[in-house]
Order: sequence, then structure tokens, then C-alpha cells
Amino acid sequence: MTDSRTGLAGAAESSVAPRAPFDPARVREDFPIFATPRDKKLLYLDSAATSQKPQVVLDAMDRYYRTCNANIHRGVYRIAEEATELYEDARRRFAKFIHAASPREVIFTRNSTEAINLVAYAWGRASLKSGDAIVLTPMEHHSNLVPWHILAAERGVELRFIPMTDTGELEVSALPGLLADGRAKLVSFVHVSNVLGTVNPAAEIARIAHEHGATVLLDASQSAAHMPLDVRALGADFVACTAHKMLGPTGIGMLWGRRELLEAMPPFLGGGEMIREVHLTSSKWNELPWKFEAGTMAIAEAVGLGAAIAYLETLGMDAVFAHDRELSAYALERLAEVPGLRVLGPSADKRGGVVAFTMEGVHPHDVATVLDSEGICVRAGHHCAMPLHDAMGIPASARASFHCYSLREEVDALAEGLHRARKIFAR
Amino acid sequence: MDELFREHILEHYQHPRCKGTLESPDLSFEDANPLCGDRIRMDFKLADGKLAEIRFSGHGCSISQAAASMLCEHVEGMSLDEIKKLGRDDMLEMLGIHLGPVRLKCALLALKTLKAGIYGVNQWPGEDEEEA
Ligand SMILES: Cc1ncc(COP(=O)(O)O)c(C=O)c1O
Repeated sequence: MTDSRTGLAGAAESSVAPRAPFDPARVREDFPIFATPRDKKLLYLDSAATSQKPQVVLDAMDRYYRTCNANIHRGVYRIAEEATELYEDARRRFAKFIHAASPREVIFTRNSTEAINLVAYAWGRASLKSGDAIVLTPMEHHSNLVPWHILAAERGVELRFIPMTDTGELEVSALPGLLADGRAKLVSFVHVSNVLGTVNPAAEIARIAHEHGATVLLDASQSAAHMPLDVRALGADFVACTAHKMLGPTGIGMLWGRRELLEAMPPFLGGGEMIREVHLTSSKWNELPWKFEAGTMAIAEAVGLGAAIAYLETLGMDAVFAHDRELSAYALERLAEVPGLRVLGPSADKRGGVVAFTMEGVHPHDVATVLDSEGICVRAGHHCAMPLHDAMGIPASARASFHCYSLREEVDALAEGLHRARKIFAR
Repeated sequence: MDELFREHILEHYQHPRCKGTLESPDLSFEDANPLCGDRIRMDFKLADGKLAEIRFSGHGCSISQAAASMLCEHVEGMSLDEIKKLGRDDMLEMLGIHLGPVRLKCALLALKTLKAGIYGVNQWPGEDEEEA
């Protein structure tokens, strides 16, 4: 059922009801931003930064505000009940989507960054002491580095890194060595790199980590809405996700954690809703998941997330992943025709829908500016992965990334734009 | 876009003036734009209240590097009083292009580095005007 390298549960033998064949041009019609009149056609190749939103997500949020806007878990009146139901329904949907054992294991946060910080503060401070170690990778987003820098400085914890090949693949064979002295208490790593596109062998890393008694945090920011995700099959202990990359709204993210771990952890933020009893000088925590949800949460955004997940389910995650991979493979082919272009990361069969590159003699910002003049949106810079760019010996890169609505003709436009950039600067 | 990559910008980018370092500078300063990784270092030699010599080094996009080249060419030999008066608009006039908020930082990094190096005024040119 599960591919042990990528942890893709049932990727080959999906047993869901038959769907219409996946057609990105039709999918695109569900996203109003592409129909918005503008002087140049929008060619959006920056879905790794944030995804576009289908009409059903916008409608769900709008309907919530128009028909049952109320604070949740508080009022007993009708619309408060409805709002609470919608909010908890989104949690249930997401829990099922990632194959969590229970919705109680899903905590709403602001984004992935806050989900990782929650683990660093609540679990990390209760579990790590001076002399312990944390294992990370050089391809982490800053959100899976900086919280550990803070903790490491505060607790005297050592940071170790799984080495990486020149093609941006983790050398997992080195992991047992990093864990051998038993001091590493956590292995925290990205599922799909937001720069290299590498799909890391999450299940294998988790298995090795567990053999050495370490806890596993998986940053699924770039994978959750791009491939089937089964957190239990992968064997993770914590998983961080962010809704705005999943066709959902900004302002809401999700932390999944194994129940025993979450139960044992102290709260992260204190305030309303996360308590059961409050006295003047002490309080008792609420049960899971509300123990970690202090203050009024992003209710409309949860509703939007629920709609986004329902939408992704109708597309089918196997089909979305296949589409991503096909576009990446096509992009690698087209980009290979551009002289002076260096594509970062592994071969097409080892990556998701992300293709980053540099062009000899042309700064990534200038590449992105030339492309912008053709209506093509790509990201240029270090993509919140400065150590990764240092490791590759480049200050910055340009990046194209895909989602379910991305088209081959966008890749064609990208390739043509790159030829043009080259001409402008080759004087 | 052709706007952004006008002849004179590409020309300065590909054939920068005042590029390099000084043997024993009176002052040096290095600054970076953390957003995009553009980096500029400047070496200065001062004499008789003037900026006698200036050299820049670093890397970044065409706008940031062309701006550095144009600015250095412009200020070499100028009195420090005159340099003090240079502002955001002078730099944008030299470049002669319209820039959005992100690329504006690329354009102004050289001027920021110059002013921080000579006067210790470490802020983005035009920041006061924005707040006022
Ligand atoms: C791999 C990875 N991790 C974490 C994040 C952080 O996501 P957010 O900014 O929504 O917290 C991102 C998004 O840029 C990412 O690509």
C-alpha cells in the first residue's frame, strides 16, 4: 500500500469512485482569478509561495459571514451552533484528508510557521535539555530552522544536519550515524523542498529516527495539497501544514500530532478557550485540541479550508500529484533547451511541482522582471532558504512552481521568456 | 520591462564604473538587501572635504549594480556637503525608470551604503519622507 520511499499511500491502486479524467484547463475555470480581465493573461507559476483559490472556497467563506457569523464554542444560540459546527467540520475533514486517527489530533494555528513554533515551544521546551541534539536538513525553509536556533541557544542543544548531494537529495544513509549517540531527540525535516522540489523519503527517515528513539516532525507545507498524505503510514509524530498553499485562505495552518504527545505537552499560548477552569492564580487546561487554541480562531478561514479540502478530494490527490510531476518533467525538458540555464534539484521522477534555476550572467531578479513583462509570475530570491542557497554556492535563484490549475502552455511561455531574458542580457 | 532594461542600465550593469576596491581606504561600508540578497561594499578615500575616490564591489540584480555604478561615477570628486544633499529622487533620476516597492530597494541600496559609509546614516533614502 505504501511506497516506503515517498510514503505515498495507495498511489498505485487508489480505490476511490471513478472520476472524470483530470483536465487542468477545466480545473482552471474553477479559479476566478484567471478570468479576471487584465491587459496580459495571468500566467501564475508561483503556487509554492501561495496557491490560487477556487470559487467554492470564496463562496464558503462569504456564505459563513453572510449567514452564520458568530463566535464559536461560546453561544448556545442557533448561528453560534452553526459556526461551531462548520469550524469543527473543517477539522474533521482535514483529519480524514491526512488519515489522522482522530480530529482531536488536529490543532489549528496561523500557518505552518506557527505549527512548528508550537512544537518548538510546547514540546521542545518540555523535552529537550542541554546536551541533547536536533537533526535537521540543509534544505529547510527558515520556518523549520529559526525556531530551533532559538531553542538551541536557550537550552544548549546541538543542531545536526543530514548531508545533501549536489542534486539536492538527502543522504539518508548518514542518518543512523547522526543518531548513534542517542542524544538526538528530534528529527525535523521538509517533505517536499520548496526550492529543489525534492520529495524526501519521509517514511524511511521516520523509521530510522524512531529506531533511535527520536521524535519526528514533518514539514508538509509543500506536500499536503500536492500528493496523497497519510501521516500514520509515514510514521511521523508531528506534521505541519498551511492552508494558503492548499487552495485555502491565508491565516490558518494545521498541526497534526500523535495524541499521546499532544496530551503530555503543556499549552503553547494562554488565554480564552484553551482553559477548563481559571482561578485568580492558576488554571486548568482544556482537553485536546482546544488546549492549544487560545483566543478567537480564524473561523471563516477554517470554513474556507474545509471547502478547499472537499475540492481537492473531488480532483483526487493521485491525479494532482501526477499532474504536478508531468509538468515538472515537461519543464525540465523545455528548460534544458535554454542556454546557460542551471536547474537545481533532482531528476523529474524524484520531485514534485517545483523547478528552481539560475541563468548564467543574469540575476534571478532580472529574470523574474523579464518574465513579469510577459505576465509570467515566478519567484526570485532565496525563497526563505538561505542556508540551502549557501550550500549550492549561489545567492539566489528563480523558481517556477505548479498546482492543479497549471498548464503546459504556461511552461512554454516560461521557456520562451527565458530565451528572451537571455537575449536581452547577451549583448 | 524594456523600460527597466534600458540601454544605459544594461550598459552600466555590464561595464560598471568604479568597480573594485581601494588599497587603503579611509572608510569602508558594506550593506545588503536581505529581501533579495543584493550586496554592495564601498571603499572611500577623502581629501579636502571631498570624496576623492570611491570603489564598489558586490553582486545583485542589474538595477542594484547599475545604480551603484552610476552613483559612484556621479559622486567621485564631489564635496561631502553636496553628497549629503543627495536623496532618493536624485538616484531615481539617474536611473530614469519607474520602480515598484520591491525593486525600489534594489535601486536605493547603493545610496544607502554611500550615506551609511560616510555619515553613519543607516536608513533607506526617502524613509523620512514616507513617514512625514
Ligand atoms: C517548505 C515550507 N515550509 C514552511 C513554509 C512556511 O509557510 P507559512 O509561511 O504559511 O507558515 C513554507 C512556505 O513558504 C514552505 O515552503
